[in-house]
Amino acid sequence: MNTAYWNRDKETLKGDGLEILQSKRLKWTVRQAAEVPFYRDLFRSAGIAPADIQSVRDIEKIPFTTKKDLQQGYPFGFLAVPMKKVVRIHTTSGTTGKPTVVGYTRRDLDNWSELIARNLTMVGLTDDDIFQNAVNYGLFTGGLGFHYGAEKVGMTVIPSATGNTRRQIEMIDDFGVTALHCTPSYAMHIAGVAEKEGTTLPSLKTGMFGAEPWSDNMRKILEEKLGVTAYDSYGMSEMYGPGAAFECQERDGLHIWHDMYYVEIIDPDTGEVLGPGERGELVVTPLVKEAMPLLRYRTGDITMLMEDECPCGRGAKLARFSGRCDDMLVIRGINVFPSQIEHVLRSIPEVGDEFLVYVDRVNHLDEMTIDIELKREYFSGELSDLTRVQNKVVAALREALNLRTRVKLVEPESLPRYEGKAKRVVDRRGDTV
Amino acid sequence: MDPSAYTIKQISVFSENKPGRLMAIAGALEEESINILAFSIAEANGFGVVRALVDKPDAAYKKLNAMGFMVSFTDVIAVRMRDQPGGLFEMAKLLSDAGINIEYSYAYSGRDAAVLILRVDQVENAVKAILFRGGNLMKSEDFMAIS
Ligand SMILES: [Zn+2]
Repeated sequence: MNTAYWNRDKETLKGDGLEILQSKRLKWTVRQAAEVPFYRDLFRSAGIAPADIQSVRDIEKIPFTTKKDLQQGYPFGFLAVPMKKVVRIHTTSGTTGKPTVVGYTRRDLDNWSELIARNLTMVGLTDDDIFQNAVNYGLFTGGLGFHYGAEKVGMTVIPSATGNTRRQIEMIDDFGVTALHCTPSYAMHIAGVAEKEGTTLPSLKTGMFGAEPWSDNMRKILEEKLGVTAYDSYGMSEMYGPGAAFECQERDGLHIWHDMYYVEIIDPDTGEVLGPGERGELVVTPLVKEAMPLLRYRTGDITMLMEDECPCGRGAKLARFSGRCDDMLVIRGINVFPSQIEHVLRSIPEVGDEFLVYVDRVNHLDEMTIDIELKREYFSGELSDLTRVQNKVVAALREALNLRTRVKLVEPESLPRYEGKAKRVVDRRGDTV
Repeated sequence: MDPSAYTIKQISVFSENKPGRLMAIAGALEEESINILAFSIAEANGFGVVRALVDKPDAAYKKLNAMGFMVSFTDVIAVRMRDQPGGLFEMAKLLSDAGINIEYSYAYSGRDAAVLILRVDQVENAVKAILFRGGNLMKSEDFMAIS
């Protein structure tokens, strides 16, 4: 097995050494956060001073930060440095129309490239590899993040971005591409088109897939079709971007880069911190983020800390992610919350209060179908009026979500009614592959 | 002439395009001894509207509504055609000459004549224009009588 490390000291740090480093960096992060009015208010209302946080053992004194808090800081409320120091901005789609804005200093970009370099090295890639980065460039963090990390390793980077799949396949074959990074659904699409074009993509050996949930079953199919070893990648803009946690060659959980992120797993309902082996919501405190420090950020993602040490010698691992506690969906790379859909539907008088979202993977692309009921009093008996309402809902959803959706009118009172928490999403993507 | 005498209440029922819905509607009407004189189904993207002329429209409305269906009445007119070759052409010509704008139509063959059912945008004007040109419009009471 390949045991190359990009940064052996940091990657294999354990015990007291790790705790001392994490504590030192946490204290720095708390001081950095104190530059942000939101955190000054948070400290005050929690009755704590930055000096009260002396080690990671004190972290539970700090209240959580939520995605909603970030959105309320739109656009630059969470920046801890003057704009002069910010060298890049990325944004992510949000629940209320306002995106979350993430700023990066020069040092942040260096840190981010460092952790991507660790990931690539961890899965056995080197400066001999030719790397095709088939994810969205632009405001989405996947493109530039991996791009700079791969350059740091010295790989030959092809910034192919997404689209024009035939051209992507031609490049893989003509340039002898050995490593591919994209979403798992786009990987399936590439595999399908390659098959039609009559190529087995013989040069490819490594696939890195993320930004969407994907099953072990899908891993098998992708490995078979593309002839790669497939690795899972996790991250979000609030944690720089993708690659904050990554699978090693054991492919049994994702190593979280413990010198850059302090992670806790909590019970999403009570906020209680859970132990290893217990599933809950991932809470992250980045330890080196300069432009936009965050403390105990609730990711909404469900995972657990794995109990066993990894044979590769690196630190803590997170289990593969198994959904969201707030039902957030990632559809073709865009974040969608059922609450956004609800908001749109409630603004259209003809539409009833109940709805059900189905997510499927059709020809390897995510498709969202929303079942809605028409209110009885709006039924005129005319087909054209029904079609008009249907089109109106599609247009309003496209406007709000930036996504094309299918809208299905169903008979009144045919959708399930809930007394407690409604189950409004049926994600069938895992069923097909 | 009272145009409302020629206005016929069609039952329009919303239905998803899935097996068994038409059967459920027809079965319910049979249960109430309601006679279906004519019907058609208009389909769109995933759903449809079942349109029916029945001998007891109010009873049909009540029954289907109680079963949870979305139901509404739609005013249509019904005109007799000669039940022989050229009958439909004659009628089409009359409607075209009268400048009547038809939203949809369907036909059925009754005991003594073929009947064309029309949904038009202006019922009163259409009734007057058809009668003026010698068209043979049915009255709503004719439908009660058929049963
Ligand atoms: Zn490992």
